[in-house]
Amino acid sequence: MDRPDSIYFFATCLVDLLYPRAGLAGMQLIRREGVDVVFPDDQTCCGQPAFNSGYRDEARRVARAQLACLARDIPVVVPSGSCAGMIKHHWPELFAGDRDEARARAVAARTFELTEFLVDVLDVRLSDLGEPTRIAIHTSCSARREMGVADRIESLVAQLDKVEVLDQARKAECCGFGGTFAVKQGAVSGAMVNDKTAALRATGAGRVISQDCGCLMNIGGAFDKQGDGPATQHIAEFLLERTS
Amino acid sequence: MSTPADQTEAFHQRIDEALHNDQLRRNFRSALTGIMARRAEQFPDDAQLQALRDQARAVRANSLVRQPELLEQLETKLTGNGIQVHWAESPEQANAIIHTILDAAGAKTVVKGKSMVSEETELNHFLERRGIEVIESDLGEYIIQLAEEPPSHIVAPAIHKNRVEVAELFRRFHPEIPYTEDIDTLTQSARQILRNRFANADAGISGVNFAVAETGTLCLVENEGNGRLSTTAPRLHIAITGVEKVVEKLSDVPPLLEILTKSATGQPITTYFNMISRPRQPGELDGPEAVHLVLLDNGRSRIRVDEELLDTLRCIRCGACINHCPVYVQLGGHAYGTVYPGPIGLALEPQRVGIDKVGTLTSACTMCGACGEVCPVRIPLPKLINRLRAEAVDGQRSDAGLPGHGSLRKSGEAVTWRVWRQLYASPRLYRLFTWAATRLRALTPPRLGAWTRYRSAPKPASRPLRELVRQEGFRHE
Repeated sequence: MDRPDSIYFFATCLVDLLYPRAGLAGMQLIRREGVDVVFPDDQTCCGQPAFNSGYRDEARRVARAQLACLARDIPVVVPSGSCAGMIKHHWPELFAGDRDEARARAVAARTFELTEFLVDVLDVRLSDLGEPTRIAIHTSCSARREMGVADRIESLVAQLDKVEVLDQARKAECCGFGGTFAVKQGAVSGAMVNDKTAALRATGAGRVISQDCGCLMNIGGAFDKQGDGPATQHIAEFLLERTS
Repeated sequence: MSTPADQTEAFHQRIDEALHNDQLRRNFRSALTGIMARRAEQFPDDAQLQALRDQARAVRANSLVRQPELLEQLETKLTGNGIQVHWAESPEQANAIIHTILDAAGAKTVVKGKSMVSEETELNHFLERRGIEVIESDLGEYIIQLAEEPPSHIVAPAIHKNRVEVAELFRRFHPEIPYTEDIDTLTQSARQILRNRFANADAGISGVNFAVAETGTLCLVENEGNGRLSTTAPRLHIAITGVEKVVEKLSDVPPLLEILTKSATGQPITTYFNMISRPRQPGELDGPEAVHLVLLDNGRSRIRVDEELLDTLRCIRCGACINHCPVYVQLGGHAYGTVYPGPIGLALEPQRVGIDKVGTLTSACTMCGACGEVCPVRIPLPKLINRLRAEAVDGQRSDAGLPGHGSLRKSGEAVTWRVWRQLYASPRLYRLFTWAATRLRALTPPRLGAWTRYRSAPKPASRPLRELVRQEGFRHE
C-alpha cells in the first residue's frame, strides 16, 4: 500500500498498562517517518483474552467498543502480533453475521503488526548508532504463523550493523504464554517457559527482543524469577534506542 | 460417572505426573526433535509443500462432502470383490461384529496390525475377555502390549520408551533371549517372536488408511511388513476403520500417501504399501480365504453435519500436529488420557467422546498454531480448539449438537469475564482502572497463583501509555 498521511496506533491493553515505553517507541518510530500518528483515546483491548477462553459474547462486546474509535479509513498499527492477529483474522469471524460485520472486516483489512508496517509500508531505513551488541530474537507464534511476518523483525534488526543476532535452539517453539493458558495450565506453561529461557540463555545474548509484550512478560518474568538472564525488550524500544 | 470437575482434576494429575517424569520428557524431546527434522528434510521446497497440502486437502474435503454416496459405492465394490462389509454405529457394535466373525471361524489367536480405530473400541481387551489371544504385530504396539499401556502417539505408539526400557520389557517377557540394549538386536528378536505368531494365527486384524470407493480397495501403509503378514498369512482378515477414511478414486491415493508418509515419519514412502482388493482367489497361493471390513461411525456422522467441525474429519492420522505441539512434547501422550492425544486429540476427542467427559483437554493449547502449520490436509486445528472452548462454556444455547455442550461453564469464571467485559467495553471505566492501577502500582500483588511460581509478577508502569502520549504531543481523538 502507499505511504499513508496518518495512522491509528492501537496500543493493546498490555502495552498501555505494563509496557507504555514500548508503545511510545512504536509511535515515535512511525512519526519520525513523517506519518501522523493518532492515538484513539477510547481504545482498550482487542478482546483476545475472552475469545481464546471461549467467551465470545464478552470478546465481541469489547471488540465492538474498539470499532467506533477506529472508524476512519486509515491503517491501524498494532505493536503486537497476537493482537494484530486477533483484529485481522478473528474479528471477521467474531462478527460473522453481526450488524458490525462490515465494519469489523474493514478494520481487519487495514490492520498491520508494527514491524510489518515499518517494513512493508514505510520501508524504513535504519542506521545503527549504538555500541556493538549481541541479541537474540524471540518471534511470537502469532507474528510467525497467524500474521506470517516473522521475517520483518529479522530484516529490521539486520539493518543495524553493530547488532549480532544469535539463534537459540528451537527458535520457532512457543514460549508457553498463550494468554489464559499460563493460568489454566500453569505447570505446563512453566515447563515451557523454562525450556525457552534455557535456550535463550544458552545463546549468550545480552538482550532478548520480541514484537509481542505477552511473550516478553512471560520470558522476562521467568528470567527475573530465575535471578539471572538477558534483559528483555520490545523491538520498538530497541530500534528507537539504536537509532537515536 | 465423572463430573466435569473430576475430569479437570484428573487431567491435572496426569499432567503433574508427566511433568515430574524427567526420563519421559527427555524421551519425548529427543524423539520428536528427530521426527521434526526428518519431516522438514522431506519438504525442501515450501511452494511444492503448500501445493501438495492444497491437493491433499481438496481430496479429503471432496471425500467428506460426498461421503454417503462414496460409502455406498465402496460397499458395492467391496461386496463385488468378495469382501464383506459391516456397519457399526458404536464401539460396542464394532467389537461384537468382529467377535461374531472370529467365533464363526473358530479363531482363537489373532495377529493385529496397527489400528487406532481398534483403540477407540478397546478391541484387544474385549477379545481377550472372550478367550481370544491377541498379539500386536507392530513393534511399537507389541512393546506397549507387553507393558500393558495404551499408545502414547498415534503413529509411534511406544515413542515414550527408550531402548533401555524396551530391553527391560524383553528381559521380563522373553527371558529366553539374551539381554541386550542394542536396537537392531532387539528388533531382530521381536521379529523372530512375531514371525512364529503369524504362522500360527487364525486371523489377522488390521486398520485401513484409505478405502477407495471407485475400486473397492483397502490401502494400508506400514513399515515393518507386519501389516502385510497380518492381512495375508492367516486364513481370515478383518479390517476395521472409521467411515471417514473413504476416498473417491484410486488417483486420490498417491497425493495422500506422499504427504502422509513425509508428514508422519519423514519418509518419502513407507517400506510397505498394501492394496487389498479381495480374498484369495482359486489357484492363488496365499491370501486370506475371507476378508471383512468393519466401518465404524462412533460420532463421526454427528461431526460431519457441522460445517466448521467437519474439517476435523479430513485427518489422515499422520501425527505431524502431535510431533510439532509444544505442549505434547512436555507431557507425552498418556497425560491426555484419550485415544488421540495432542492437537488432533484436543479437536477430535471432545467431539467424539463429549465435552462433559474430555472437554478440559482444550485447555492444553497455547494457540501457537504449530499444528495447523504442518497439517497435511490443512485442518484449522487452533480454530477448532477455540470453537470447542466456546462450546464448553456457552451458557445460552442448549440445543447445540455437541454432547456436553456448555457443561464446563463455571459461574465464577463467567462472572469474571462479565466484569472484564464491563471494564474493557467502557472507555470511561477502563481509564479509571488504568489511572488507579498505575497510581497504586506499589500495591500490585507479588504473588499471582501459577504465574508467579515460574515468573515474577508483572507490575503496572508508573503512567499508562495514554497519559504518556499526551505528554509527547501525539494526536489523540
